[in-house]
Amino acid sequence: MIMENLKAKAFDLRKDVVNMIMEGKGGHIGGDMSVMEILMSLYFCQMNVTPENQDSPDRDRFVLSKGHSVEAYYAVLAAKGFLDIQDVIKKFSKFGSSYIGHPNNKLPGIEMNSGSLGHGLPVCVGMALAGKKDHRDYRVYTVMGDGELAEGSVWEGFMAGHQYKLDNLCAVIDRNRLQISGNTEDVMGHDDLGERIRSFGWHVIEVKNGNDIDALNKAFEEAKTVKGQPTAIIADTTKGYGSAVMENKANWHHKVPTQEEYQQIMADFEARKEAALNE
Amino acid sequence: MNKIPNRQAICNVLLEKAKEDKDIMVLCSDSRGSASLAPFAEAFPDQFVETGIAEQNLVSISAGLAKCGKKPFAASPACFLSTRSYEQAKIDVAYSNTNVTLIGISGGISYGALGMSHHSAQDIAAMSAIPNMRVYLPSDRHQTKCLIEALLQDEKPAYVRVGRNPVEDVYSEENCPFQMDKANILTEGKDIAIVACGEMVRPALDAAKILEEKGVHATVVDMYCVKPLDTETLLKAVEGVSAVITVEEHAPFGGLGSMVSQVVGAKCPKEVINMALPDAPVITGTSREVFDYYGLNAEGIAAKAMELM
Repeated sequence: MIMENLKAKAFDLRKDVVNMIMEGKGGHIGGDMSVMEILMSLYFCQMNVTPENQDSPDRDRFVLSKGHSVEAYYAVLAAKGFLDIQDVIKKFSKFGSSYIGHPNNKLPGIEMNSGSLGHGLPVCVGMALAGKKDHRDYRVYTVMGDGELAEGSVWEGFMAGHQYKLDNLCAVIDRNRLQISGNTEDVMGHDDLGERIRSFGWHVIEVKNGNDIDALNKAFEEAKTVKGQPTAIIADTTKGYGSAVMENKANWHHKVPTQEEYQQIMADFEARKEAALNE
Repeated sequence: MNKIPNRQAICNVLLEKAKEDKDIMVLCSDSRGSASLAPFAEAFPDQFVETGIAEQNLVSISAGLAKCGKKPFAASPACFLSTRSYEQAKIDVAYSNTNVTLIGISGGISYGALGMSHHSAQDIAAMSAIPNMRVYLPSDRHQTKCLIEALLQDEKPAYVRVGRNPVEDVYSEENCPFQMDKANILTEGKDIAIVACGEMVRPALDAAKILEEKGVHATVVDMYCVKPLDTETLLKAVEGVSAVITVEEHAPFGGLGSMVSQVVGAKCPKEVINMALPDAPVITGTSREVFDYYGLNAEGIAAKAMELM
Protein backbone atom coordinates (compact mmCIF):
# COMPACT_ATOMS: atom_id res chain seq x y z
CA MET A 1 0.00 0.00 0.00
CA ILE A 2 1.56 3.32 -1.02
CA MET A 3 1.75 6.21 1.39
CA GLU A 4 -0.61 8.52 -0.53
CA ASN A 5 -3.30 5.87 -0.35
CA LEU A 6 -2.83 5.52 3.36
CA LYS A 7 -3.42 9.22 3.86
CA ALA A 8 -6.68 8.91 1.96
CA LYS A 9 -7.53 5.63 3.64
CA ALA A 10 -7.37 7.38 7.01
CA PHE A 11 -10.62 9.12 6.08
CA ASP A 12 -12.28 5.89 5.00
CA LEU A 13 -11.39 4.42 8.38
CA ARG A 14 -12.78 7.52 10.05
CA LYS A 15 -16.03 6.85 8.24
CA ASP A 16 -16.01 3.31 9.70
CA VAL A 17 -15.51 4.81 13.15
CA VAL A 18 -18.42 7.21 12.80
CA ASN A 19 -20.65 4.46 11.43
CA MET A 20 -19.70 2.29 14.41
CA ILE A 21 -20.60 5.08 16.81
CA MET A 22 -23.90 5.79 15.05
CA GLU A 23 -24.85 2.10 15.23
CA GLY A 24 -23.60 1.58 18.78
CA LYS A 25 -25.07 4.89 19.94
CA GLY A 26 -21.92 5.85 21.80
CA GLY A 27 -18.17 6.16 21.48
CA HIS A 28 -15.14 8.34 22.15
CA ILE A 29 -15.21 10.02 18.78
CA GLY A 30 -12.80 12.93 19.37
CA GLY A 31 -9.85 10.78 20.46
CA ASP A 32 -10.58 8.25 17.72
CA MET A 33 -9.95 10.98 15.18
CA SER A 34 -6.77 12.27 16.80
CA VAL A 35 -5.17 8.83 17.18
CA MET A 36 -6.05 7.42 13.74
CA GLU A 37 -2.78 8.18 11.91
CA ILE A 38 -0.72 6.96 14.88
CA LEU A 39 -2.46 3.59 14.74
CA MET A 40 -2.22 3.44 10.96
CA SER A 41 1.47 4.24 10.97
CA LEU A 42 2.06 1.48 13.50
CA TYR A 43 -0.13 -1.19 11.90
CA PHE A 44 0.52 -0.43 8.22
CA CYS A 45 4.13 0.75 8.25
CA GLN A 46 5.92 -0.10 11.46
CA MET A 47 4.85 -3.16 13.35
CA ASN A 48 5.53 -6.74 12.42
CA VAL A 49 2.12 -8.09 13.36
CA THR A 50 -0.45 -9.66 11.04
CA PRO A 51 -3.34 -12.09 11.44
CA GLU A 52 -0.93 -14.78 10.23
CA ASN A 53 1.83 -14.16 12.82
CA GLN A 54 -0.33 -13.01 15.73
CA ASP A 55 0.73 -15.98 17.87
CA SER A 56 4.42 -15.75 17.01
CA PRO A 57 6.64 -14.97 20.01
CA ASP A 58 8.59 -12.62 17.73
CA ARG A 59 5.66 -10.40 16.75
CA ASP A 60 5.74 -6.76 17.72
CA ARG A 61 3.44 -5.93 20.64
CA PHE A 62 0.94 -3.11 20.97
CA VAL A 63 -1.25 -1.96 23.86
CA LEU A 64 -3.81 0.80 23.40
CA SER A 65 -3.43 2.46 26.77
CA LYS A 66 -6.02 5.11 25.87
CA GLY A 67 -8.49 2.27 25.50
CA HIS A 68 -11.42 4.59 24.93
CA SER A 69 -10.17 5.12 21.35
CA VAL A 70 -11.21 1.55 20.66
CA GLU A 71 -13.38 2.47 17.68
CA ALA A 72 -10.33 3.70 15.77
CA TYR A 73 -8.48 0.57 16.90
CA TYR A 74 -11.27 -1.71 15.61
CA ALA A 75 -11.26 0.14 12.28
CA VAL A 76 -7.49 -0.28 11.90
CA LEU A 77 -7.56 -3.93 13.04
CA ALA A 78 -10.30 -4.61 10.51
CA ALA A 79 -8.34 -2.91 7.71
CA LYS A 80 -5.36 -5.06 8.72
CA GLY A 81 -7.45 -8.22 8.41
CA PHE A 82 -7.96 -9.09 12.08
CA LEU A 83 -11.66 -8.18 12.18
CA ASP A 84 -14.59 -7.91 9.77
CA ILE A 85 -15.56 -4.25 9.70
CA GLN A 86 -19.19 -4.88 8.76
CA ASP A 87 -19.51 -7.23 11.71
CA VAL A 88 -17.94 -4.62 14.00
CA ILE A 89 -20.24 -1.83 12.80
CA LYS A 90 -23.29 -4.04 13.17
CA LYS A 91 -22.50 -5.30 16.67
CA PHE A 92 -20.42 -2.56 18.31
CA SER A 93 -21.63 -2.00 21.88
CA LYS A 94 -24.75 -4.08 21.25
CA PHE A 95 -26.10 -6.55 23.82
CA GLY A 96 -23.82 -9.58 24.12
CA SER A 97 -21.27 -8.19 21.63
CA SER A 98 -17.54 -8.95 21.78
CA TYR A 99 -16.92 -5.45 20.45
CA ILE A 100 -16.95 -3.77 23.84
CA GLY A 101 -16.45 -0.03 24.25
CA HIS A 102 -12.86 -0.67 25.32
CA PRO A 103 -10.29 -3.21 24.03
CA ASN A 104 -11.17 -6.85 24.59
CA ASN A 105 -8.32 -9.31 24.25
CA LYS A 106 -10.64 -12.15 23.42
CA LEU A 107 -10.74 -10.56 19.94
CA PRO A 108 -7.97 -11.36 17.46
CA GLY A 109 -5.12 -8.87 17.37
CA ILE A 110 -5.72 -7.36 20.81
CA GLU A 111 -3.06 -8.21 23.41
CA MET A 112 -4.48 -6.66 26.55
CA ASN A 113 -7.72 -5.36 27.94
CA SER A 114 -7.56 -1.70 28.78
CA GLY A 115 -9.91 1.13 29.53
CA SER A 116 -8.74 2.38 32.88
CA LEU A 117 -5.96 4.82 32.09
CA GLY A 118 -2.36 4.51 33.18
CA HIS A 119 -2.00 0.77 32.62
CA GLY A 120 -0.53 0.47 29.12
CA LEU A 121 2.96 1.78 29.73
CA PRO A 122 3.76 -0.40 32.78
CA VAL A 123 2.35 -3.46 30.99
CA CYS A 124 4.53 -2.65 27.98
CA VAL A 125 7.54 -2.34 30.28
CA GLY A 126 6.89 -5.99 31.22
CA MET A 127 6.53 -7.01 27.59
CA ALA A 128 9.72 -5.20 26.58
CA LEU A 129 11.56 -6.68 29.55
CA ALA A 130 10.48 -10.18 28.51
CA GLY A 131 11.84 -9.48 25.02
CA LYS A 132 15.19 -8.48 26.48
CA LYS A 133 15.30 -11.54 28.76
CA ASP A 134 14.56 -13.84 25.83
CA HIS A 135 16.87 -12.01 23.40
CA ARG A 136 14.06 -11.46 20.96
CA ASP A 137 14.05 -8.55 18.55
CA TYR A 138 10.40 -7.55 18.76
CA ARG A 139 9.43 -4.00 19.62
CA VAL A 140 6.71 -2.91 22.03
CA TYR A 141 4.45 0.08 21.47
CA THR A 142 1.80 1.80 23.51
CA VAL A 143 -0.34 4.86 22.84
CA MET A 144 -1.44 7.06 25.70
CA GLY A 145 -3.60 10.12 25.83
CA ASP A 146 -2.22 13.38 27.21
CA GLY A 147 -4.96 13.64 29.83
CA GLU A 148 -3.92 10.12 30.86
CA LEU A 149 -0.53 11.42 31.95
CA ALA A 150 -2.07 12.66 35.20
CA GLU A 151 -2.17 9.01 36.32
CA GLY A 152 0.78 8.35 38.63
CA SER A 153 1.21 4.80 37.33
CA VAL A 154 2.34 6.26 33.97
CA TRP A 155 5.34 7.78 35.70
CA GLU A 156 6.11 4.52 37.46
CA GLY A 157 6.30 3.07 33.95
CA PHE A 158 8.55 5.87 32.71
CA MET A 159 10.91 5.21 35.63
CA ALA A 160 11.07 1.47 35.01
CA GLY A 161 11.52 1.84 31.24
CA HIS A 162 14.62 3.91 31.89
CA GLN A 163 15.89 1.73 34.74
CA TYR A 164 15.83 -1.37 32.53
CA LYS A 165 17.17 0.48 29.44
CA LEU A 166 14.29 -0.73 27.31
CA ASP A 167 15.27 0.54 23.87
CA ASN A 168 12.74 -1.90 22.40
CA LEU A 169 9.95 0.16 23.98
CA CYS A 170 8.25 3.13 22.36
CA ALA A 171 5.45 5.12 24.00
CA VAL A 172 3.38 7.46 21.88
CA ILE A 173 1.46 10.30 23.41
CA ASP A 174 -1.59 11.44 21.47
CA ARG A 175 -1.16 15.08 22.43
CA ASN A 176 -4.48 16.53 21.37
CA ARG A 177 -4.59 18.91 24.34
CA LEU A 178 -8.21 18.22 25.19
CA GLN A 179 -9.83 15.94 27.72
CA ILE A 180 -13.41 15.52 28.82
CA SER A 181 -13.40 18.58 31.10
CA GLY A 182 -11.57 20.88 28.71
CA ASN A 183 -8.01 21.92 27.93
CA THR A 184 -5.43 19.52 29.38
CA GLU A 185 -3.31 22.40 30.60
CA ASP A 186 -6.23 23.78 32.60
CA VAL A 187 -7.17 20.39 34.05
CA MET A 188 -3.64 19.25 35.01
CA GLY A 189 -0.88 20.91 33.06
CA HIS A 190 2.18 19.17 31.66
CA ASP A 191 4.31 22.30 31.19
CA ASP A 192 7.13 21.28 28.88
CA LEU A 193 6.09 17.66 28.44
CA GLY A 194 9.13 16.76 26.35
CA GLU A 195 11.49 18.04 28.98
CA ARG A 196 9.54 16.29 31.69
CA ILE A 197 9.84 12.90 29.98
CA ARG A 198 13.48 13.53 29.01
CA SER A 199 14.21 14.09 32.69
CA PHE A 200 12.99 10.53 33.29
CA GLY A 201 15.80 9.30 31.05
CA TRP A 202 13.83 8.75 27.85
CA HIS A 203 14.67 9.76 24.33
CA VAL A 204 11.91 12.13 23.23
CA ILE A 205 10.79 12.90 19.69
CA GLU A 206 8.28 15.66 19.18
CA VAL A 207 6.12 15.39 16.07
CA LYS A 208 4.60 18.72 15.15
CA ASN A 209 1.81 17.22 13.04
CA GLY A 210 0.75 14.01 14.69
CA ASN A 211 -1.93 13.44 12.06
CA ASP A 212 0.72 13.20 9.34
CA ILE A 213 1.64 9.57 8.68
CA ASP A 214 4.94 10.54 7.00
CA ALA A 215 6.04 12.52 10.05
CA LEU A 216 5.00 9.69 12.37
CA ASN A 217 6.87 7.11 10.32
CA LYS A 218 9.99 9.24 10.46
CA ALA A 219 9.71 9.42 14.24
CA PHE A 220 9.19 5.66 14.58
CA GLU A 221 12.21 5.02 12.37
CA GLU A 222 14.32 7.31 14.54
CA ALA A 223 13.10 5.50 17.66
CA LYS A 224 14.41 2.22 16.24
CA THR A 225 17.92 3.65 16.11
CA VAL A 226 17.99 4.74 19.76
CA LYS A 227 20.04 2.43 21.97
CA GLY A 228 20.09 2.05 25.74
CA GLN A 229 16.93 4.02 26.48
CA PRO A 230 13.25 3.91 25.54
CA THR A 231 11.65 6.48 23.26
CA ALA A 232 8.59 8.63 23.76
CA ILE A 233 6.97 10.21 20.73
CA ILE A 234 4.87 13.23 21.55
CA ALA A 235 2.52 13.55 18.62
CA ASP A 236 0.74 16.89 18.47
CA THR A 237 -2.62 15.87 17.09
CA THR A 238 -6.00 17.48 16.59
CA LYS A 239 -8.89 16.09 18.55
CA GLY A 240 -11.78 15.37 16.20
CA TYR A 241 -9.41 15.58 13.19
CA GLY A 242 -11.10 15.30 9.83
CA SER A 243 -14.17 17.46 10.22
CA ALA A 244 -14.66 21.04 11.36
CA VAL A 245 -17.78 19.82 13.14
CA MET A 246 -15.61 18.11 15.76
CA GLU A 247 -12.11 19.53 15.53
CA ASN A 248 -10.67 20.93 18.75
CA LYS A 249 -13.99 20.74 20.56
CA ALA A 250 -13.85 19.19 24.03
CA ASN A 251 -17.55 18.33 23.98
CA TRP A 252 -16.82 15.85 21.14
CA HIS A 253 -14.79 13.67 23.55
CA HIS A 254 -17.72 11.28 23.74
CA LYS A 255 -20.61 12.21 21.50
CA VAL A 256 -22.94 10.70 18.95
CA PRO A 257 -23.48 12.95 15.94
CA THR A 258 -27.00 14.00 15.00
CA GLN A 259 -28.13 12.99 11.51
CA GLU A 260 -27.31 16.49 10.30
CA GLU A 261 -23.85 16.41 11.87
CA TYR A 262 -23.34 12.91 10.51
CA GLN A 263 -23.98 14.09 6.95
CA GLN A 264 -21.60 17.01 7.36
CA ILE A 265 -18.87 14.89 8.98
CA MET A 266 -19.04 12.28 6.23
CA ALA A 267 -18.91 15.01 3.55
CA ASP A 268 -15.89 16.55 5.27
CA PHE A 269 -14.13 13.19 5.37
CA GLU A 270 -14.82 12.68 1.70
CA ALA A 271 -13.43 16.11 0.85
CA ARG A 272 -10.28 15.47 2.90
CA LYS A 273 -9.89 12.10 1.26
CA GLU A 274 -10.13 13.67 -2.19
CA ALA A 275 -7.58 16.27 -1.19
CA ALA A 276 -5.24 13.52 0.03
CA LEU A 277 -5.62 11.63 -3.23
CA ASN A 278 -4.88 14.79 -5.23
CA GLU A 279 -1.89 15.78 -3.09
CA MET B 1 8.29 -25.17 66.96
CA ASN B 2 8.68 -24.76 63.21
CA LYS B 3 10.98 -21.86 62.31
CA ILE B 4 10.14 -21.59 58.63
CA PRO B 5 7.49 -19.03 57.70
CA ASN B 6 5.30 -19.74 54.68
CA ARG B 7 6.93 -16.94 52.70
CA GLN B 8 10.24 -18.75 52.99
CA ALA B 9 8.61 -21.96 51.81
CA ILE B 10 7.57 -20.08 48.67
CA CYS B 11 11.14 -18.95 48.05
CA ASN B 12 12.42 -22.49 48.51
CA VAL B 13 10.08 -23.86 45.85
CA LEU B 14 10.91 -21.07 43.41
CA LEU B 15 14.65 -21.53 43.98
CA GLU B 16 14.32 -25.19 43.16
CA LYS B 17 12.06 -24.82 40.13
CA ALA B 18 13.88 -21.82 38.61
CA LYS B 19 16.92 -24.02 38.00
CA GLU B 20 14.96 -25.88 35.36
CA ASP B 21 12.53 -23.21 34.22
CA LYS B 22 14.00 -19.94 32.98
CA ASP B 23 10.54 -18.46 32.51
CA ILE B 24 9.93 -18.28 36.26
CA MET B 25 10.31 -14.66 37.28
CA VAL B 26 10.11 -13.06 40.70
CA LEU B 27 9.18 -9.40 41.07
CA CYS B 28 9.42 -7.38 44.25
CA SER B 29 8.60 -3.79 45.19
CA ASP B 30 11.55 -3.14 47.50
CA SER B 31 10.18 -6.17 49.33
CA ARG B 32 12.70 -8.92 48.59
CA GLY B 33 13.81 -9.02 52.21
CA SER B 34 10.38 -9.05 53.77
CA ALA B 35 9.24 -11.59 51.18
CA SER B 36 12.21 -13.87 52.02
CA LEU B 37 13.08 -13.67 48.33
CA ALA B 38 16.55 -12.15 48.63
CA PRO B 39 18.14 -15.60 48.06
CA PHE B 40 16.21 -15.88 44.80
CA ALA B 41 17.41 -12.45 43.67
CA GLU B 42 20.98 -13.49 44.42
CA ALA B 43 20.76 -16.91 42.81
CA PHE B 44 18.81 -15.86 39.71
CA PRO B 45 19.46 -12.16 39.04
CA ASP B 46 18.25 -12.53 35.44
CA GLN B 47 14.93 -13.88 36.65
CA PHE B 48 14.41 -11.22 39.28
CA VAL B 49 12.87 -7.80 38.68
CA GLU B 50 12.94 -4.98 41.20
CA THR B 51 10.27 -2.33 40.62
CA GLY B 52 11.03 -0.13 43.61
CA ILE B 53 8.23 0.99 45.88
CA ALA B 54 5.63 0.95 43.11
CA GLU B 55 3.02 -1.75 43.54
CA GLN B 56 0.97 -0.70 40.53
CA ASN B 57 4.05 -1.02 38.36
CA LEU B 58 4.86 -4.36 40.01
CA VAL B 59 1.57 -5.89 38.95
CA SER B 60 1.35 -4.35 35.47
CA ILE B 61 4.94 -5.31 34.62
CA SER B 62 4.16 -8.84 35.80
CA ALA B 63 1.16 -8.93 33.47
CA GLY B 64 3.28 -7.76 30.55
CA LEU B 65 5.90 -10.41 31.28
CA ALA B 66 3.22 -13.08 31.54
CA LYS B 67 1.70 -12.00 28.24
CA CYS B 68 5.09 -12.74 26.68
CA GLY B 69 5.37 -16.25 28.11
CA LYS B 70 6.96 -15.62 31.50
CA LYS B 71 5.65 -17.03 34.78
CA PRO B 72 5.82 -14.07 37.13
CA PHE B 73 5.41 -14.22 40.91
CA ALA B 74 4.82 -10.69 42.19
CA ALA B 75 5.54 -10.48 45.92
CA SER B 76 4.71 -7.47 48.01
CA PRO B 77 3.14 -6.86 51.43
CA ALA B 78 -0.48 -7.99 51.18
CA CYS B 79 -1.74 -4.66 52.52
CA PHE B 80 -0.28 -2.75 49.57
CA LEU B 81 -0.57 -5.45 46.92
CA SER B 82 -4.26 -6.04 47.48
CA THR B 83 -5.34 -2.41 47.62
CA ARG B 84 -2.75 -0.09 46.03
CA SER B 85 -2.56 -2.29 42.94
CA TYR B 86 -6.11 -3.57 43.10
CA GLU B 87 -7.04 -2.17 39.73
CA GLN B 88 -3.94 -3.64 38.10
CA ALA B 89 -4.90 -7.01 39.59
CA LYS B 90 -8.42 -6.58 38.24
CA ILE B 91 -7.62 -5.41 34.71
CA ASP B 92 -4.07 -6.43 33.80
CA VAL B 93 -4.14 -9.78 35.58
CA ALA B 94 -7.68 -11.12 36.00
CA TYR B 95 -9.58 -9.40 33.17
CA SER B 96 -6.73 -9.75 30.68
CA ASN B 97 -6.21 -13.34 31.95
CA THR B 98 -2.45 -13.22 32.39
CA ASN B 99 -0.50 -15.95 34.15
CA VAL B 100 0.48 -13.90 37.19
CA THR B 101 0.69 -15.18 40.75
CA LEU B 102 0.30 -12.39 43.26
CA ILE B 103 1.98 -13.21 46.55
CA GLY B 104 0.64 -11.14 49.44
CA ILE B 105 3.25 -11.41 52.15
CA SER B 106 2.91 -10.45 55.82
CA GLY B 107 -0.83 -10.75 55.35
CA GLY B 108 -3.60 -10.10 57.83
CA ILE B 109 -2.23 -8.51 60.97
CA SER B 110 1.29 -9.94 60.63
CA TYR B 111 2.78 -6.47 61.02
CA GLY B 112 1.05 -6.15 64.39
CA ALA B 113 1.80 -2.82 66.05
CA LEU B 114 2.59 -1.10 62.73
CA GLY B 115 -1.09 -0.37 62.53
CA MET B 116 -3.95 -0.43 60.08
CA SER B 117 -1.94 0.92 57.13
CA HIS B 118 0.05 -2.31 57.26
CA HIS B 119 -2.80 -4.71 57.92
CA SER B 120 -4.55 -6.52 55.10
CA ALA B 121 -7.89 -7.46 56.59
CA GLN B 122 -9.73 -6.76 53.34
CA ASP B 123 -7.71 -8.75 50.83
CA ILE B 124 -9.86 -11.89 50.73
CA ALA B 125 -13.00 -9.85 50.09
CA ALA B 126 -11.31 -7.59 47.55
CA MET B 127 -9.54 -10.25 45.53
CA SER B 128 -12.41 -12.73 45.66
CA ALA B 129 -14.76 -10.17 44.14
CA ILE B 130 -12.69 -10.05 40.95
CA PRO B 131 -13.87 -12.50 38.26
CA ASN B 132 -11.12 -14.93 37.19
CA MET B 133 -9.04 -14.30 40.33
CA ARG B 134 -8.39 -17.27 42.60
CA VAL B 135 -7.61 -16.74 46.28
CA TYR B 136 -5.51 -19.09 48.41
CA LEU B 137 -4.45 -18.94 52.05
CA PRO B 138 -2.22 -21.91 52.78
CA SER B 139 -2.13 -23.05 56.38
CA ASP B 140 1.48 -24.12 56.84
CA ARG B 141 4.83 -24.41 55.07
CA HIS B 142 4.12 -27.88 53.69
CA GLN B 143 0.84 -26.88 52.14
CA THR B 144 2.43 -23.66 50.86
CA LYS B 145 5.02 -25.75 49.03
CA CYS B 146 2.35 -27.94 47.44
CA LEU B 147 0.30 -24.91 46.44
CA ILE B 148 3.17 -23.09 44.74
CA GLU B 149 4.16 -26.26 42.89
CA ALA B 150 0.56 -26.61 41.70
CA LEU B 151 0.35 -22.96 40.64
CA LEU B 152 3.44 -23.47 38.50
CA GLN B 153 1.50 -26.11 36.60
CA ASP B 154 -1.33 -23.86 35.48
CA GLU B 155 -1.52 -20.57 33.63
CA LYS B 156 -4.25 -18.72 35.47
CA PRO B 157 -4.24 -15.68 37.76
CA ALA B 158 -4.04 -16.26 41.50
CA TYR B 159 -3.63 -14.36 44.74
CA VAL B 160 -1.82 -16.15 47.57
CA ARG B 161 -1.74 -14.69 51.06
CA VAL B 162 0.84 -15.78 53.61
CA GLY B 163 1.83 -14.42 57.00
CA ARG B 164 5.09 -13.06 58.25
CA ASN B 165 5.84 -15.37 61.11
CA PRO B 166 6.49 -19.12 61.28
CA VAL B 167 3.38 -21.10 62.11
CA GLU B 168 3.11 -24.49 63.76
CA ASP B 169 2.86 -27.26 61.21
CA VAL B 170 -0.54 -28.63 60.34
CA TYR B 171 0.95 -31.23 58.02
CA SER B 172 4.31 -32.94 57.72
CA GLU B 173 6.70 -33.50 54.88
CA GLU B 174 5.51 -37.09 54.63
CA ASN B 175 1.86 -36.38 55.14
CA CYS B 176 0.55 -33.38 53.27
CA PRO B 177 -2.47 -34.40 51.25
CA PHE B 178 -2.98 -31.81 48.54
CA GLN B 179 -5.36 -31.51 45.67
CA MET B 180 -5.78 -28.20 43.87
CA ASP B 181 -8.98 -26.44 44.95
CA LYS B 182 -9.96 -29.28 47.31
CA ALA B 183 -10.18 -28.46 51.01
CA ASN B 184 -8.88 -30.92 53.58
CA ILE B 185 -10.99 -32.33 56.38
CA LEU B 186 -8.47 -32.61 59.20
CA THR B 187 -10.66 -34.09 61.90
CA GLU B 188 -14.15 -35.51 61.73
CA GLY B 189 -16.67 -34.97 64.52
CA LYS B 190 -20.44 -35.04 64.71
CA ASP B 191 -21.09 -32.02 66.91
CA ILE B 192 -19.66 -28.91 65.31
CA ALA B 193 -17.74 -27.93 62.19
CA ILE B 194 -14.87 -25.43 62.29
CA VAL B 195 -13.87 -24.09 58.92
CA ALA B 196 -10.64 -22.09 58.85
CA CYS B 197 -8.13 -20.76 56.36
CA GLY B 198 -4.53 -19.66 56.40
CA GLU B 199 -2.84 -19.37 59.73
CA MET B 200 -6.10 -19.85 61.63
CA VAL B 201 -6.14 -23.54 60.70
CA ARG B 202 -3.60 -24.56 63.35
CA PRO B 203 -5.53 -22.89 66.22
CA ALA B 204 -8.74 -24.46 64.87
CA LEU B 205 -7.09 -27.88 65.03
CA ASP B 206 -5.86 -27.19 68.56
CA ALA B 207 -9.36 -26.06 69.52
CA ALA B 208 -10.70 -29.42 68.36
CA LYS B 209 -8.34 -31.15 70.82
CA ILE B 210 -9.58 -28.96 73.67
CA LEU B 211 -13.17 -29.73 72.69
CA GLU B 212 -12.46 -33.43 72.47
CA GLU B 213 -11.37 -33.37 76.11
CA LYS B 214 -14.73 -31.80 76.94
CA GLY B 215 -16.57 -34.51 75.03
CA VAL B 216 -17.37 -32.33 72.01
CA HIS B 217 -16.43 -33.78 68.65
CA ALA B 218 -15.45 -31.24 66.02
CA THR B 219 -14.88 -31.47 62.31
CA VAL B 220 -12.06 -29.17 61.22
CA VAL B 221 -11.75 -28.06 57.60
CA ASP B 222 -8.66 -26.46 56.10
CA MET B 223 -10.27 -24.27 53.41
CA TYR B 224 -7.02 -23.01 51.91
CA CYS B 225 -8.87 -22.50 48.61
CA VAL B 226 -11.12 -19.62 49.58
CA LYS B 227 -11.92 -19.02 45.94
CA PRO B 228 -12.94 -21.25 44.29
CA LEU B 229 -14.48 -22.36 47.59
CA ASP B 230 -14.65 -26.13 47.80
CA THR B 231 -18.39 -26.36 48.40
CA GLU B 232 -18.49 -30.13 48.05
CA THR B 233 -16.10 -30.69 50.94
CA LEU B 234 -17.75 -27.91 52.91
CA LEU B 235 -21.21 -29.45 52.61
CA LYS B 236 -19.86 -32.86 53.53
CA ALA B 237 -18.18 -31.37 56.61
CA VAL B 238 -21.22 -29.51 57.88
CA GLU B 239 -23.68 -32.33 57.27
CA GLY B 240 -25.11 -33.49 60.59
CA VAL B 241 -23.37 -30.97 62.85
CA SER B 242 -25.46 -28.56 64.88
CA ALA B 243 -23.46 -25.41 64.06
CA VAL B 244 -20.57 -24.09 62.00
CA ILE B 245 -17.77 -21.78 63.08
CA THR B 246 -15.59 -20.03 60.53
CA VAL B 247 -12.23 -18.61 61.58
CA GLU B 248 -10.19 -16.14 59.57
CA GLU B 249 -7.60 -13.40 59.92
CA HIS B 250 -9.75 -10.93 58.04
CA ALA B 251 -12.48 -8.33 58.45
CA PRO B 252 -15.90 -9.80 59.24
CA PHE B 253 -17.31 -8.96 55.81
CA GLY B 254 -16.66 -10.60 52.47
CA GLY B 255 -14.19 -13.21 53.66
CA LEU B 256 -14.35 -16.92 54.42
CA GLY B 257 -17.24 -16.50 56.86
CA SER B 258 -19.36 -14.70 54.29
CA MET B 259 -18.67 -17.31 51.65
CA VAL B 260 -19.32 -20.27 53.93
CA SER B 261 -22.54 -18.64 55.14
CA GLN B 262 -23.73 -18.22 51.56
CA VAL B 263 -23.24 -21.89 50.80
CA VAL B 264 -24.53 -23.28 54.09
CA GLY B 265 -27.49 -20.87 54.04
CA ALA B 266 -28.46 -21.97 50.56
CA LYS B 267 -27.82 -25.70 50.78
CA CYS B 268 -28.27 -26.82 54.41
CA PRO B 269 -29.31 -23.89 56.62
CA LYS B 270 -27.89 -23.91 60.13
CA GLU B 271 -26.18 -21.51 62.47
CA VAL B 272 -22.87 -20.13 61.15
CA ILE B 273 -20.75 -18.06 63.51
CA ASN B 274 -17.97 -16.03 61.93
CA MET B 275 -14.87 -15.51 64.06
CA ALA B 276 -12.83 -12.73 62.49
CA LEU B 277 -11.13 -9.44 63.20
CA PRO B 278 -13.43 -6.55 64.13
CA ASP B 279 -14.80 -4.01 61.67
CA ALA B 280 -12.43 -1.45 63.14
CA PRO B 281 -8.72 -0.75 63.39
CA VAL B 282 -7.40 -3.58 65.56
CA ILE B 283 -5.89 -2.99 68.97
CA THR B 284 -2.16 -2.29 69.00
CA GLY B 285 0.07 -5.25 69.72
CA THR B 286 1.97 -8.16 68.27
CA SER B 287 -0.13 -10.42 66.10
CA ARG B 288 -0.15 -12.99 68.93
CA GLU B 289 -1.42 -10.39 71.42
CA VAL B 290 -4.06 -9.21 68.96
CA PHE B 291 -5.26 -12.76 68.23
CA ASP B 292 -5.49 -13.49 71.95
CA TYR B 293 -7.39 -10.27 72.59
CA TYR B 294 -10.05 -11.10 70.00
CA GLY B 295 -10.22 -14.77 70.87
CA LEU B 296 -8.70 -15.89 67.59
CA ASN B 297 -6.78 -18.70 69.27
CA ALA B 298 -7.44 -22.31 70.25
CA GLU B 299 -9.00 -21.39 73.57
CA GLY B 300 -11.21 -18.70 72.03
CA ILE B 301 -12.43 -20.98 69.27
CA ALA B 302 -13.12 -23.78 71.74
CA ALA B 303 -14.99 -21.40 74.05
CA LYS B 304 -17.14 -20.20 71.15
CA ALA B 305 -17.90 -23.81 70.22
CA MET B 306 -18.95 -24.61 73.79
CA GLU B 307 -21.34 -21.65 73.74
CA LEU B 308 -23.01 -23.18 70.72
CA MET B 309 -23.40 -26.65 72.23
